Amino acid sequence: MNAIEVHDLVKKFGDFTAVDHISFDVRQGEIFGFLGPNGAGKTTTINILCTLLKPTAGTALVNGYDVLHHPYEVRQSIGLVFQDPSLDDQLTAEENLQFHAMLYGVSRRDYEQRSREVLELVGLSDRARSLVRTFSGGMKRRLEIARGLLHHPRVLFLDEPTLGLDPQTRRHIWDYVRALREREHITIFLTTHYLEEAEYADRIAIIDHGKIVALDTPSGLKRRIGGDVVRLQTAQNSEAMLRLRTNLQTDVLLDGNEIVLRVPQGDQIIPAIIRTLGAPPPIEVLSINLRHPTLDDVFIHLTGKAIREAEANTTEYMRQMMRVHRR
Amino acid sequence: MENLWRDLQGIYVIWYRDVLRFLRNRARIISSLGQPLLFLFVFGSGLSPAMSRLGAGQLDFTAFLFPGIIAMAVLFTSVFSAVSIVWDREFGFLKEILVAPVSRTAVALGKIAGGSTVALFQGAIILLLAPLVGVHLSLGQIVVLFALMLLTAATMTSFGVLIAARMRSMEGFQMVMNFVLMPMFFLSGAFFPLRDVPLWMDILAQANPMTYGIDPIRQVTLQKSIPEAVLETIRLHPIVTDVAILAVIWLSLMVVAVWIFNRQE
Ligand SMILES: Nc1ncnc2c1ncn2[C@@H]1O[C@H](COP(=O)(O)OP(=O)(O)OP(=O)(O)O)[C@@H](O)[C@H]1O
Ligand SMILES: [Mg+2]
Repeated sequence: MNAIEVHDLVKKFGDFTAVDHISFDVRQGEIFGFLGPNGAGKTTTINILCTLLKPTAGTALVNGYDVLHHPYEVRQSIGLVFQDPSLDDQLTAEENLQFHAMLYGVSRRDYEQRSREVLELVGLSDRARSLVRTFSGGMKRRLEIARGLLHHPRVLFLDEPTLGLDPQTRRHIWDYVRALREREHITIFLTTHYLEEAEYADRIAIIDHGKIVALDTPSGLKRRIGGDVVRLQTAQNSEAMLRLRTNLQTDVLLDGNEIVLRVPQGDQIIPAIIRTLGAPPPIEVLSINLRHPTLDDVFIHLTGKAIREAEANTTEYMRQMMRVHRR
Repeated sequence: MENLWRDLQGIYVIWYRDVLRFLRNRARIISSLGQPLLFLFVFGSGLSPAMSRLGAGQLDFTAFLFPGIIAMAVLFTSVFSAVSIVWDREFGFLKEILVAPVSRTAVALGKIAGGSTVALFQGAIILLLAPLVGVHLSLGQIVVLFALMLLTAATMTSFGVLIAARMRSMEGFQMVMNFVLMPMFFLSGAFFPLRDVPLWMDILAQANPMTYGIDPIRQVTLQKSIPEAVLETIRLHPIVTDVAILAVIWLSLMVVAVWIFNRQE
């Protein structure tokens, strides 16, 4: 059984189609990334999957339960970290966890143990009794992740878990997420518009204007746009190009004083390059550099615009600022 | 069966959170007492001479006002507590509740229970001032007053939840305050007996749920302090009638509040 099965899902708000006939499956134990610019329909999809919104058409199963017909079973089996903060900041961290446990029917004895575990996991054990009001944005985010895990969900939804956080905290949260997958064997469905984060996922769906434009592993997506680029400078460029062409059977171009090779697997070709040029009489290599295509390149390739460009829009910017401030 | 148990637990959690937040926020308890006390002592003392004909001269205006002030504390606390739903929506916590495996009905009922309890607390605090305004209460009276305050609180919190279920921002709340809450308070008989008032006022007062809360609270509070005959001149209905009407209003408001709360996305 897949953790999530979505078939031909549609969500309309009035005339506007926020989610436009999307279909995908998320396997059990997978980290599945939903990547797309602001307004692409990521949160709307999550809201449908967690039963907060009703789909206009199509079906969605979470842990085998239909979101329309078995909302309680779905809710009981998932954990959520919303895009916007959702803690009660007049209560302590512990009280927030306690309320959650009670809402999800976690027994008192299980609660004691679980709350200790999750607080430790996110590094907040020593702040359990502090009011959430006194927490920094990163701490609140970590507490929300801890809370989402408290009732042993089988799928954890993370809607932009690292939005507005500094790079160090972002890295921390990613460490937790990956440690989690190892320790708890849960499925993680996350959205982000940080391309570098999407690389942590096992598979990524790229969503734009409510449609899935690509779904593959990060490396698979990169392969689609045609491999790595190796650039090198040598003491005798024309001689070097000749040798590389005959020995490696790839396209070799000259760009200024650099030789450019376009290859499927850059890291494997470099030893071959060195061997070829090192054969007597050796040609001196002055510099060599390898560039993997980034998801940025993939995104531009697939949607025709850079992800940052797609969201460079003042209202969205304001919205984001406000969210960060409210953390 | 399992669902029922889960929902009862849900009601309890939401009730408990409201009570906990209330008890934690001492500043709010004290500041929310300010207005009722101001009304009681400033209006009470200021208007007492002018109102000396009240109850054939046998009823001090401050004592008359006192039950109205209790009801005022209950009314405002109830509605404010219910409207915290709007805050929760704005600050995100409502989502945490709505996505939990608990029915919307349980959430709404928990909110009504929480708001009613908190309002009952506030009313009880005002009740402690009885000796200061020359009102003496027996244990039996206090028990009945608690029941009446609770019924009034439950009615008004249901009303608050009904409004809050549809409200998306705090601005809307200001409007409700000005156009609903204040008129409700002034047209409830809290300040003056609703006897011999103009017809329009009589109609509005009869349509106002608070009227049926204040009338019995006043009768029970003053029972032992003034003669039966005097009480007759300021009351509107027999206590039983008031309670019956109020209970019907409470149940209807609660059903509608739960229904509307269930329908929101
Ligand atoms: N309740 C609603 N009513 C009307 N339109 C809505 C509603 N919720 C979302 N939308 C619209 O649906 C589209 C998708 O919104 P959604 O929140 O799913 O985007 P997102 O991919 O999560 O974006 P972001 O990166 O900004 O979080 C947007 O254009 C948004 O304006
Ligand atoms: Mg979003």
